[in-house]
Amino acid sequence: MKNDLDVVFKALADESRRELLDRLRTENGQTLGDLCARLSKSGAVMTRQAVSKHLAILEDANLVATIKRGREKLHYLNPVLIHEIGERWIGKFERSRLDALSTLKKELEAKNE
Amino acid sequence: MSKQSFVYVTYIKTTPEKLWAALTDPAMMKKYWFGAFAETDWKPGSAWSLRFEDGRIADAGTILEAEPGKRLVIRWRNEWSEEIKAEGWSRCTMTLELYQGIMKLTVHHELEGDGKKFIEAVSGGWPRILSNLKSLLETGSVAYETKA
Repeated sequence: MKNDLDVVFKALADESRRELLDRLRTENGQTLGDLCARLSKSGAVMTRQAVSKHLAILEDANLVATIKRGREKLHYLNPVLIHEIGERWIGKFERSRLDALSTLKKELEAKNE
Repeated sequence: MSKQSFVYVTYIKTTPEKLWAALTDPAMMKKYWFGAFAETDWKPGSAWSLRFEDGRIADAGTILEAEPGKRLVIRWRNEWSEEIKAEGWSRCTMTLELYQGIMKLTVHHELEGDGKKFIEAVSGGWPRILSNLKSLLETGSVAYETKA
């Protein structure tokens, strides 16, 4: 079934697929062509076939949602399952403390650069 | 690609009728929408508003399409924040499909033009609302009672 967690974690256990999710987070609703063009611009090595295969795996895991617009297929980051995973292991009252920790980490690491 | 748009998909073990009721019945909405509920007769062309628990208007607009159990399209604008309201109109399309015996709900929310505040509001809101909705329909209770 589509929201099987094994499928989700398998899909996430690949650097290229996480890279694609990052790209969609930066710019949502890209076509396969948009993604490939931006990847090659930034010097990433991923063939169009590989991108297409990874997108299919991400879509199957429901981490990417697609909308058809004319002949184009637009890809969107679908964070609903990632949200549910977070919900499962983050307690109701821990969220604000975790947010504070994560902000602190980001600030300190930015200063080190 | 200046048009801002988001797509959220969730699979819910339920029927088209129950999902439609959850999306349109104010009493059901309150349970997973942090107390908020819609005020409309769900007919194409009718006014629509989303109200906070205390009755204040959060968002308002018009029902563009309503096909029970299948599709709901709302012309949508924020009302409670001057900043977000100034970013203009958006369009929210909810599609309900039967997929391998369960329901696939797709929420496509698009804003004409750029809208930074709108993006924050949408991307912070929908994942929680949809998680709550799924949990309510599958287990009878929600993960989030109040907005953190």
